Amino acid sequence: MTDHHSDIDSVSGKSTTGHEWDGIKELNTPLPRWWVISFYLTIIWSIGYWIVYPAWPLIQSNTTGMFGYSSRADVAVELANLEKIRGDKMAALGAASLADIEKDPALLALARAKGKTVFGDNCAPCHGSGAAGAKGYPNLNDDDWLWGGTLDQIMQTIQFGARSGHAKTHEGQMLAFGKDGVLKSDEIVTVANYVRSLAGLSTRNGFDAAKGEKIFAENCVACHGDGGKGNQEMGAPNLTDKIWLYGSDEAALIETISQGRAGVMPAWEGRLDPATIKAMAVYVHSLGGGK
Amino acid sequence: MNKTVNPKDLTLDDDNGPLYAAHKKVYPQSVSGTFRRIKWSLMAICLGVYYFLPFVRWNRGLGAPSQAVLIDLPNSRFYFFFIELWPQEVYYFTGLLIVAAVALFLMNSVGGRIWCGYLCPQTVWTDLFYAVERLIEGDRRERMKKDKSSDPLKLERISEIVLKHSIWLMIAWWTGGAWVLYFNDAPTLVKELVTFQGPMIAYIWIGILTASTYLLAGYMREQVCTYMCPWPRIQAALTDEWALNVTYRYDRGEKRTSVKKAAELRALGEQVGDCVDCYQCVAVCRTGIDIRNGPQMECIQCGLCIDACDNVMTKIGRPKRLIGYDNDINIHRRQEGKAPIYRIVRARTIVYSAIIAAIGGFMVYTLATRSLLDVNVLHDRNPVAVKLSDGSIRNAYTVRLLNKSGYDRAIAIDVEGPANPTMHVVGVDSVTPDRPIIVIPRDSTSELRLLVTAPAENNPEKSIPVRFHVMDIGLGVAASATDNFVAP
Ligand code: SF4
Ligand code: SF4
Repeated sequence: MTDHHSDIDSVSGKSTTGHEWDGIKELNTPLPRWWVISFYLTIIWSIGYWIVYPAWPLIQSNTTGMFGYSSRADVAVELANLEKIRGDKMAALGAASLADIEKDPALLALARAKGKTVFGDNCAPCHGSGAAGAKGYPNLNDDDWLWGGTLDQIMQTIQFGARSGHAKTHEGQMLAFGKDGVLKSDEIVTVANYVRSLAGLSTRNGFDAAKGEKIFAENCVACHGDGGKGNQEMGAPNLTDKIWLYGSDEAALIETISQGRAGVMPAWEGRLDPATIKAMAVYVHSLGGGK
Repeated sequence: MNKTVNPKDLTLDDDNGPLYAAHKKVYPQSVSGTFRRIKWSLMAICLGVYYFLPFVRWNRGLGAPSQAVLIDLPNSRFYFFFIELWPQEVYYFTGLLIVAAVALFLMNSVGGRIWCGYLCPQTVWTDLFYAVERLIEGDRRERMKKDKSSDPLKLERISEIVLKHSIWLMIAWWTGGAWVLYFNDAPTLVKELVTFQGPMIAYIWIGILTASTYLLAGYMREQVCTYMCPWPRIQAALTDEWALNVTYRYDRGEKRTSVKKAAELRALGEQVGDCVDCYQCVAVCRTGIDIRNGPQMECIQCGLCIDACDNVMTKIGRPKRLIGYDNDINIHRRQEGKAPIYRIVRARTIVYSAIIAAIGGFMVYTLATRSLLDVNVLHDRNPVAVKLSDGSIRNAYTVRLLNKSGYDRAIAIDVEGPANPTMHVVGVDSVTPDRPIIVIPRDSTSELRLLVTAPAENNPEKSIPVRFHVMDIGLGVAASATDNFVAP
């Protein structure tokens, strides 16, 4: 490198930086003064930052700054504030009756919003994010309810669950007629076809309806009721409608009758607070299947 | 006729120097005349509107804001006298911006940068700041002398400087203050602000605008117009040879001589130019240029040099408008002995005016006929359709109803699509199964969950279009939206 300052540009009479590209030299034009001053000011400003705010990482911790500021504490305060705002609203929800919540547009909107997020966190793994259900997991959008679809009944099911082990849980299960040796396999096939006929579905050729009716009356009526209309006290599904939790084809029915069914819905009491459970009941009810 | 002057003979900038030039402070001289008067009046109108508009009241009935112009951010409403706009209608602002841009183009095709010279906020506030400066520190010569003087600062000078900056800051502060009044009820906010109970954000905005006004109008001045503003570059691309720009009529002005010499030469019957080289036009110029060097990017077309030169011409008994709004075409025509022609109405001004009229007209039309009732529909995605125990199919929709009127409305919802549908709005007990009725409070929206069920015997096989009609059962105002009814 040449000595910068001896290299003077002939046109402007100013010194150049000594850099040259293809015969073009760079003038050593100083930066505007305001720019330089702002630059130094930002440096001074940043030193202030080092002192005022936590800045330097030490081996075990870090410098805490003059006022002990920490962004984590800020977040904690904001979360607490949020909790407070929500707390008031959730208290209103907890105080209102289920029916009143549905009548008040503001409370309904709150319950639906709250219910939707809580549903997504807790219920979606089984019932699906839109509560459309899956085989063995009821669709909560339709109007077929094992344990009843009124607001109170939905609330009760969420609170205590089904076969959950909770003291107040819904009990009752489909027996394993085949596994337990109560019915022989040809009887099971016959009664399965009889059940299909109850729902207006096609039956196997040469199936003996009278025999089916007899087996049904002896074994199934106790729970599913006369004509197979179901019984919500025991969670026994209606066998005459178009909705089948475990499938309506013959094979699925044979499996159900032989193996029995006893799906478990956990109890949410104790895991979620009462106002949240209320919000969820309203949400599920408002999905459209509620009675 | 004056002697023809080749523009190449005019004094030009020295292009051989370095590209970087240190800023030279401009000391514009006061001037009086037609254009100065126009500028004062426009300044009074612009500042008057800006500072006092928030205090104008407009009666919108109980519970609605009574401020004529209000940007209500928390409630997402914009009020402009009898107009009330919702967030869904931001396209009116898009339209307004397009009209404003084209209006700028139109001004430009008529008179170059006249927006810059007369109406631009930067010009208006800088002009105001200059007026304050002149009032306190005196006119051009005095200010130059005071700035140059190497005397130690005397008390008198210090008090002048302090006074000037205090007044500047007060104007700047008032400017920031007026800004925030557009976002809140002005009288209430003023009360809150002076008792230090206003919202933090208001103080922050006042601070920002005070600082920017003070810096831009007090220090940056013409540098904003020359270096920071993109408009001079854009307008250079938009202008054409017919635009009336502030022009030194060199055909009449050259050769420049002193008053005395001009008189002598004229007595001998010789040709002399009218310009007496008094530099008045340069002294008054806000951007510190010499307009006699021809059209320049820096010139903001403020016309003050016209006033300055007119005063000189009157004094020496020569015709006015040696500098005037003119274009090069006419200079050449005069040099050729032809009469000048002015063309304001030409293809581009017609096109710009037509665009403004079309968009403006369309906006006025839609505004006049806009519905005060609106409906949006969103289909449930998961599940898209539900089969009920009796075999019927149900679809769920989120329906948003907008009641933009100033009164509560009872709205009936009808659906057209599946045969014999039943409808249910969650949380609403319908009297009729296919026509729920809900009340939407004034000036608000309601989001509803609407279930439409098609009975088993009328199940559509595939997805069919549905149309939701909403109607104010009192007034019959209606709106509708379409979506689909999906079969599982
Ligand atoms: S040259 Fe004349 S019109 Fe242009 S900015 Fe200067 S005073 Fe204004
Ligand atoms: S004010 Fe008029 S006469 Fe004086 S220098 Fe400018 S153009 Fe010439």
